[in-house]
Amino acid sequence: MVDPRVSLISERLRSIRRIIAVSSGKGGVGKSLVASVLALTLARRGLKVGLFDIDFTSPASHIILGVSDVKPEEKNGIVPPMVHGFKYMSIIYYTRDQASPLRGEDFSNALIELLAVTIWGELDFLVIDMPPGISDAVLDILRLVRKAEFLVVTSSSRLAFETVRKFIDLLFELNVTVLGVIENMKMTDSSFVQRKVEERNVKFWGEVPFDRKLEESIGDVEKLLKTEFGRTLERLILKNLNL
Amino acid sequence: MHEWALAEAVIKTVSQIAEKKGLADIREVNIKIGELQQVDVEIFKFALSQLRTSKLQRAKFNIKRDETKLRCRVCSYKWSFSAAKLDEEAREAVHFVPEIAHAFMKCPRCGSRDFEVVSGRGVWIESIKGVKKHG
Repeated sequence: MVDPRVSLISERLRSIRRIIAVSSGKGGVGKSLVASVLALTLARRGLKVGLFDIDFTSPASHIILGVSDVKPEEKNGIVPPMVHGFKYMSIIYYTRDQASPLRGEDFSNALIELLAVTIWGELDFLVIDMPPGISDAVLDILRLVRKAEFLVVTSSSRLAFETVRKFIDLLFELNVTVLGVIENMKMTDSSFVQRKVEERNVKFWGEVPFDRKLEESIGDVEKLLKTEFGRTLERLILKNLNL
Repeated sequence: MHEWALAEAVIKTVSQIAEKKGLADIREVNIKIGELQQVDVEIFKFALSQLRTSKLQRAKFNIKRDETKLRCRVCSYKWSFSAAKLDEEAREAVHFVPEIAHAFMKCPRCGSRDFEVVSGRGVWIESIKGVKKHG
């Protein structure tokens, strides 16, 4: 028996110039915030952008972006709605406020389904907000979205970086493009993360200081882009993507 | 409609298989559709007929319904899926992403959401029959 969905995925992603998977080995380092600001920044430069939140069991980007009352359109597949100037796809359109506990196989099936039926059309950038960990989501994106480039987010903590380091090494071993590493929630002067990243010949995008006011901006994108977090990140994005 | 995307996937996959196997003329495509996804078979069939390529002009699409059987991973209870037990919004969500069933359904015996879809999840190509290229 053959699953027909897989053959459609490359077709759906054909007209997308670049795909950036915002990921980390660890949780709680700010992936969804970075992915959201990345999508917003690119869209505000006049680029055609999509954001796909594949953290199916604990999605957060819709809260950051203040998304409510929008739904995808059914047209020979699923067309994601425009949110803040970009196409936005998330499982929250379907799960409402319910928990959706998924084992690995179920996660993969849901991802394949959405990759096969979502019609992104022509995009300059598709940003993927990845779930934490080095498991199903990473393995599926590596398998199904061959042109994905990884932007890795870490905190300054050695506990987070220990996993991030292994994650980068894994991506290197597989010849996957690692766009760079962002050190988020920086609170000290330590250059530990930068040193370790550069030792691996990976681009260190820069540091984003810990921002006490960031939480107050959740749900309001204008406020978010004006925070120290938003402004620093925008600068790093424009510089490192040569925009 | 979502059925069109699923039909597009079937046509594309069948064409790829035919290419690999050297089939010039596909005569029969056997498809299994899981109940869980609640595919509208009439729309699906119409989409297949509209999307068929030249190699598939004479192909007969045989569509078989596959009953959805679920099994609780905690207490091993087995039961059959019934779309009628879900409200309209939940039914639509499960139609688009069948795994969403874990957000709206529980094991009828122990209440766990940790259940397995043993059969009848989505669309599968069971087999295809065709005539090979000459030479």
